Amino acid sequence: MSEPSASSGIDLHAQQVARFRLQDRFFHHTTQLFALVVLATLVGILVSLAIEAWPSLEEFGPAFLWTNVWSVPDDQYGALAAIYGTVVTSVLALLIAVPISFGIALFLTETCPLWLRRPLGTAIELLAGIPSIVYGIWGLFVFAPLFAEHIQPLLQYLLGDVPIIGSWFSGPPIGIGILTASLVLSMMVIPFIASVMRDVFETVPDVLKESAYGIGCTTWEVLRNIVLPYTRVGVIGGIMLGLGRALGETMAVTFVIGNANRIIPSLFAPGTSIASTLANEFGEADPGLHIASLFALGLVLFVITFIVLAISRWLISRSMGSEGL
Amino acid sequence: MFSLYARRVWINRVGIALSMVAMSLGLIGLMWILWTLFSKGFAALSLDLFTQDTPAPGSEGGGLRNAIVGSGLILLFSMLIATPVGILAGIYLAEYGRISKFASFTRFMTDIMLSAPSIVIGLFVYALFVATTGGFSGWAGSLALALIAIPVVVRTTENMLKLVQTSLREAAFAVGAPRWQVSLKVTLRAVKSGVVTGVLLAMARITGETAPLLFTALNNQFFSANMSEPMGNLPVVIFQFALSPYDNWISLAWGGALLIAFLVLAVNIGVRVVFRQKDKR
Repeated sequence: MSEPSASSGIDLHAQQVARFRLQDRFFHHTTQLFALVVLATLVGILVSLAIEAWPSLEEFGPAFLWTNVWSVPDDQYGALAAIYGTVVTSVLALLIAVPISFGIALFLTETCPLWLRRPLGTAIELLAGIPSIVYGIWGLFVFAPLFAEHIQPLLQYLLGDVPIIGSWFSGPPIGIGILTASLVLSMMVIPFIASVMRDVFETVPDVLKESAYGIGCTTWEVLRNIVLPYTRVGVIGGIMLGLGRALGETMAVTFVIGNANRIIPSLFAPGTSIASTLANEFGEADPGLHIASLFALGLVLFVITFIVLAISRWLISRSMGSEGL
Repeated sequence: MFSLYARRVWINRVGIALSMVAMSLGLIGLMWILWTLFSKGFAALSLDLFTQDTPAPGSEGGGLRNAIVGSGLILLFSMLIATPVGILAGIYLAEYGRISKFASFTRFMTDIMLSAPSIVIGLFVYALFVATTGGFSGWAGSLALALIAIPVVVRTTENMLKLVQTSLREAAFAVGAPRWQVSLKVTLRAVKSGVVTGVLLAMARITGETAPLLFTALNNQFFSANMSEPMGNLPVVIFQFALSPYDNWISLAWGGALLIAFLVLAVNIGVRVVFRQKDKR
């Protein structure tokens, strides 16, 4: 018989440690399980969209991507018009949004008085918080009429006779169309691009900037020659993030793009995007090829945005990670 | 004619001026939208908005009671799903994220899901839930919105937990606490308000989401608190009414848009004000 008091104390302690270890393992696996939910959603989206889209993919093959036809009566579907509208509106939106976001980020990090930085930064972030449906009805009821009455005739007057470019601005100025959708989209992505740019601009070490100022550089030169080269990767990441947002935006675009499922070269003409086609047609789609083709559109959209966003996140994390250098 | 110095100064002035123009464009956009919302939305605000249901086509008046209640229920249940899932997943990323490849992969995918097109989430829930259970329902809407809210909660929880000082955790470990107790009773408690902020921001994010509800909760012209049936909700009502030919419908759409935007902006500003006071203390 051994000493009861001491050894039972050690036993109790060993039991306690063993119990804690078990609890910790349980804790590890439970939280891991919940983290898996996000991954499962991602995989689930890909798989379920592919399954539902299968009849359409089987019928039309890869030609679905470059066929310019969308006819419910003939049961013939191709994604070209929707892809064209999605890409053109997003790229145009970026062309407008990138310089403005750059200006905002420059102002907020370099020239803005300190006491104004916080309220102005918040104001830009609030722009990102406004729901897209609000942008949609604002675009339809306020912006589009104004655009049709004042800006479209002006653009036609100024650029209508220029060869090639003139045809982009041809057609009746009805307010809604590809260009209007691009403008509303650009407003929606500005806050996202601007806040990424601001964050990466702030990672530039003060020593670098101060040395440049010390040898007599102007603010603009510091930005051009120090800040931009240093943050290039992150800035591109921010732009890609804006692109990912613009590609998948639904409500704002649906309100103002005009929803015409064909390709008209003019930017004033109505068009469609993948997301707006889904929003308009999915609710009343016929079972069979129509609904399968809509799922195929969704799959195309998801794959494109996934690639764009993956590149964007990779670039941004690389840029933010180099902060310590 | 210009000296090199003068040219450099001028380029700088033009650049700075352009950045100010960009900043004012952003502010003008914000003010313009807010002003439109308030002027058109306040015209639609009345007691009827909260006490009457959405009107039938062609009838006068009406309100948004069914849509407000429906939106509230859908939001409540989606946050009930998203909050525990998001917080636990966030704890996992913060606790084990530094050492595990799986965790960093999950974090990367969560970041992508943050910006994934919401309409695709709607399609997914339709295929998974609506098509298999045979109908549109409030539950399907809640599920779709929860899937959008989860990544937001995960990332804010993780970021907050990372702010906790290592010394606090080490002190807890030193008195022999197991990891789960350190994590739940020390670290998580230290950043309670930050986690609540993340949950509120996630709620603000999904309040105005329309696209994922179109094919899940659908809409319901009548009052219903039954989550197993199609359910009226503000975003879809706004979408349908704004595109309608009836003046009273369009006016109700503006009223609904004001309600949603007001809620979202109030949460966003409130969270920032509260946090700023915390920073100062």
